Amino acid sequence: MPLLAIAALAAGTYAFRLAGPVLGRRLRIPGRVQRLLAVAAAVLLTTLVATGAVTEGHGFAGWARPAGVLVGGALAIRRAPFPLVVIAAAATTAILRLAGVP
Amino acid sequence: MRSFWRTIDRGTLRDIGLVCLADAIVGASFGAITVSGGLRPWVPISMSVLVFAGGAQFAAAGVVLAGGGPAAAVLAGLVLNARLLPYGFTVADAIGDRWWTRLPGAHLIVDESLAFTLRQQGRERRRAAFWTCGLTLFLCWNVAVAAGALAGAVMRNTGAFGLDAVFPTVLLALVLPSLTDRGTRNAALLGAVIAVAATPFLPAGLPVLLALAGLVLVLRPAVTVPDADPVPEEVR
Repeated sequence: MPLLAIAALAAGTYAFRLAGPVLGRRLRIPGRVQRLLAVAAAVLLTTLVATGAVTEGHGFAGWARPAGVLVGGALAIRRAPFPLVVIAAAATTAILRLAGVP
Repeated sequence: MRSFWRTIDRGTLRDIGLVCLADAIVGASFGAITVSGGLRPWVPISMSVLVFAGGAQFAAAGVVLAGGGPAAAVLAGLVLNARLLPYGFTVADAIGDRWWTRLPGAHLIVDESLAFTLRQQGRERRRAAFWTCGLTLFLCWNVAVAAGALAGAVMRNTGAFGLDAVFPTVLLALVLPSLTDRGTRNAALLGAVIAVAATPFLPAGLPVLLALAGLVLVLRPAVTVPDADPVPEEVR
């Protein structure tokens, strides 16, 4: 990842952050736009979960990784502590691989 | 400044500590995964200091590690960080009015500092919560990412430790609360299906952006949009 890409992402992110504190009460973001931004973020995150869990390159990632993500997700739905969610996901995947599951 | 530690209660301090611990684990995995995936250690470290937004960092690095171009990586990160725009308006009062508090304060706007600020009543308490959470998190996050990056350089095979499952799991835990809304959930699921289906055929990075087509489900005029004003009518 080139430095220029990191700089572009950092600059854009900082601009999003600074707008509120600088413009303050002079501008309000319409509710419709706020909702669209929130949904766009959820769509992107969910997509990254799906592609990150089941794909590797242009193909299937194998069963061990999505199984770990499912275990982590189930714990997260049950409001388990965050460190437990992360460790359970990694442990599930690691144990399945140890058992020979790709 | 002196009043900071007296304005903030012990329960809030403990909660901030727990959130920092959780984020440190995520940061360490971010450093380890990106470096063992082939990126140089300065990439995750400089990203964490300059971008300081976990979701976008994972998203951008994920696109690059999957073989996508830098433009797609930046775009994916920026779409995720667009949510920080409304956050800035919400916590503007807690950051302060002077330029020397605005410039560094803006950089500390993240999901966590917003959440802790929203839980407090009154300007002094909001200010204390925002700055305490933001600064502590900035420190923990960057130290953890650097430590993870160093560990990742030593670790040959993060796959054996199941670290590749951490990446999607963290994002899943982040997005779960917003999926309780039906419209959001439908759009997100449609987007995810589109992206997974397109992955075998399109260059890396593009399927994730194509998923934004899922937004058509919430763009229809039939959907009524609730006013985003955070103050309920009866409280005023």
